Amino acid sequence: MNTQAQGTRFVDRLGKVYGLYTLGFLVFFALMAIFEQFGASARAIGVLFLLFTLAIYATIGWLSRTMQVDAYYVAGREVPALYNGMATAADWMSGASFVALAGGIYFGGYPYLGFVIGWTGGYVLVNALMAPYLRKFGCYTVPDFIGTRYGGNLARFCAVFVLVVASFTYVTAQINATGTIASRALGIPFEIGVWFGLLGILLCSMLGGMRGVTWTQVAQYIVLIIAYLVPLIWMSNEQGFGVIPHFGYGEAAQRIQQLEAEYGLQAAAEAVAGLKVLTTAHFDPQTSLDSWKFVTLALCMMAGTASLPHILMRYFTTPSVRQARKSVGWSLFFIFLLYFSAPALATLTKLQLLDPSLATAVVGKAVEDVMALEWVKNWSAVGMLSVVDQSGDGIVQLNEFFMRPDIVVLATPEIAGLPYVISGLVAAGGMAAAMSTADGLLLAIANALSHDLYYKIIDPQADTRRRLVVARVLLVGIGAAAALVASLKLTGILGAVAWAFCFACSGLFFPLVLGIWWKRANREGAIAGMIAGFLAGSIYLYHVYGGGAQLWSIDHLRFGMVGMPVSLVVMVAVSLMTPEPDAETQAMVDETRIPTGDSILAETH
Amino acid sequence: MAEVSSGTRQAHWRKTSTLTYVVLAIWFLFGFVAPWFAKELDAASFLGFPLGYYFIVQGSLIVFVLLIVVHNILQDNIDEEHGLAEE
Repeated sequence: MNTQAQGTRFVDRLGKVYGLYTLGFLVFFALMAIFEQFGASARAIGVLFLLFTLAIYATIGWLSRTMQVDAYYVAGREVPALYNGMATAADWMSGASFVALAGGIYFGGYPYLGFVIGWTGGYVLVNALMAPYLRKFGCYTVPDFIGTRYGGNLARFCAVFVLVVASFTYVTAQINATGTIASRALGIPFEIGVWFGLLGILLCSMLGGMRGVTWTQVAQYIVLIIAYLVPLIWMSNEQGFGVIPHFGYGEAAQRIQQLEAEYGLQAAAEAVAGLKVLTTAHFDPQTSLDSWKFVTLALCMMAGTASLPHILMRYFTTPSVRQARKSVGWSLFFIFLLYFSAPALATLTKLQLLDPSLATAVVGKAVEDVMALEWVKNWSAVGMLSVVDQSGDGIVQLNEFFMRPDIVVLATPEIAGLPYVISGLVAAGGMAAAMSTADGLLLAIANALSHDLYYKIIDPQADTRRRLVVARVLLVGIGAAAALVASLKLTGILGAVAWAFCFACSGLFFPLVLGIWWKRANREGAIAGMIAGFLAGSIYLYHVYGGGAQLWSIDHLRFGMVGMPVSLVVMVAVSLMTPEPDAETQAMVDETRIPTGDSILAETH
Repeated sequence: MAEVSSGTRQAHWRKTSTLTYVVLAIWFLFGFVAPWFAKELDAASFLGFPLGYYFIVQGSLIVFVLLIVVHNILQDNIDEEHGLAEE
């Protein structure tokens, strides 16, 4: 695979290769299930799952090694739409989507569901406004587009800066997640788990760059989607919710609303640090303020999706513009498979815990019976769950059952009494989700620094070998920096993820969109738009996060609502006050808008 | 390949952008308007789900996937019609 000829052959055999791989993974799963019957410990199964999948990713990474610039930056532009869709889905669905989404829906109700709409609807924007045009442009990185369309090193540098801030915010959360999963499965301290996770991530990306990341992400998508759907469907069958629960849980949702009304949603008498009781209704939008919060969150996430470089750069790897568009469709389809499962999972898990007519119920049962449940004991022991009889009546009330939102996905198999092999599978899925996103992000940062900052700005004479060595040194360096920050545990997973989207849309959304859709947009406008949008958003974030007054109920998760309009207004105003772009640039924009003809930038540059 | 005339370019871009605006309008409807009125829509029900809830957890997502697929088919047609299709 390390020469062009072999690479082409590999692309022709993708169906067979990944078909066999999927089969192999299912055989491994069956083998683990048999091991469990023969008395293998839960711990051993967890370790085997993690090491087996890591070994496969590392092998793919090794086989994809390359010393060619276009293979390293854009996987040789030979990734078919279907596979690019899977790779993008893995790139996209982070540890947060896999581990925390269902938990967020469980506890967050209507306000939280803004993430679900935002993180899927964003792809409509990617497809309509960005991906096909950027593919036609033929860039290696997102700043490559900004730098060429607007011209000049300053515009390129601003784009690199926004990219690094947004992606770095995001990647620490992912490395944090790999560390958490590795430390739990392998029984090592979190601080060491973080470095172990980083090692796995670098094995996928260092030797093969984008090519290595692409083919490992496809493998990771297969693991993560199996790991998400198998427990859900198994649990649904076991508990009598139907073979495929997705279309029939409406009644479960209505039953929850009844139960919530019966029990009453009250805050706990005494809080337990780090854990939550259910206080938000399953689905109960009330005032237009609720609606406002929903749509502002959704808008920030959508625009962020369409500006995050690690997603956009996936569409640079397809053979043609048409394939790029098609692969956006596949991406959203593969993402949709998980996103429309998460609310089903959250609803069914909640019903199992709340409905006294079900055997799995916890609320309304005697405290000592609940405390004696195996899964309650396990998760209480690690401080992720707690049952405290604060009212002293001997019965578990809704506001006496504390848990950490993250464990909704991880503990569901145990709540439903599924074998441990399922939990091992879920851990492998969570690891795949976090690793694949971290890979994409680290590569986006390192590529922007090596291609745009080093090669285009600092040393345009550098030869291929030197460029690729610099790219790899940066990858390792940034990975290490991210792992170091992650090991300090500065932010919770979700907060950091929403921030990344807001940084990206504040700084990059309008310069990217208008670069294609408005010929009059010029260098001065783009630079001013990037700087003003990014600064306005950042200052507002600093202001509200430090406890300052909120403008129109825009909190720190939605600061893109401040950054984006500032960016738009400043960019348009400054563009109109300065001379229009030269004829050459305008012709370039015309060329970008049609799918045929040569790309704007040469195949290798 | 032959140089594309500016008339062809303009006609192609006019159709492309009109299609894009229609797509964005549908996106806006299901991404923002339906979730905004979730409470009102909940009075109706669909497949046993309250309708407002249904859109947010499933309906809008299905619309987004189909919207991209249909958009791409129509865009391919536009490209072919103007002799600007690849492959």
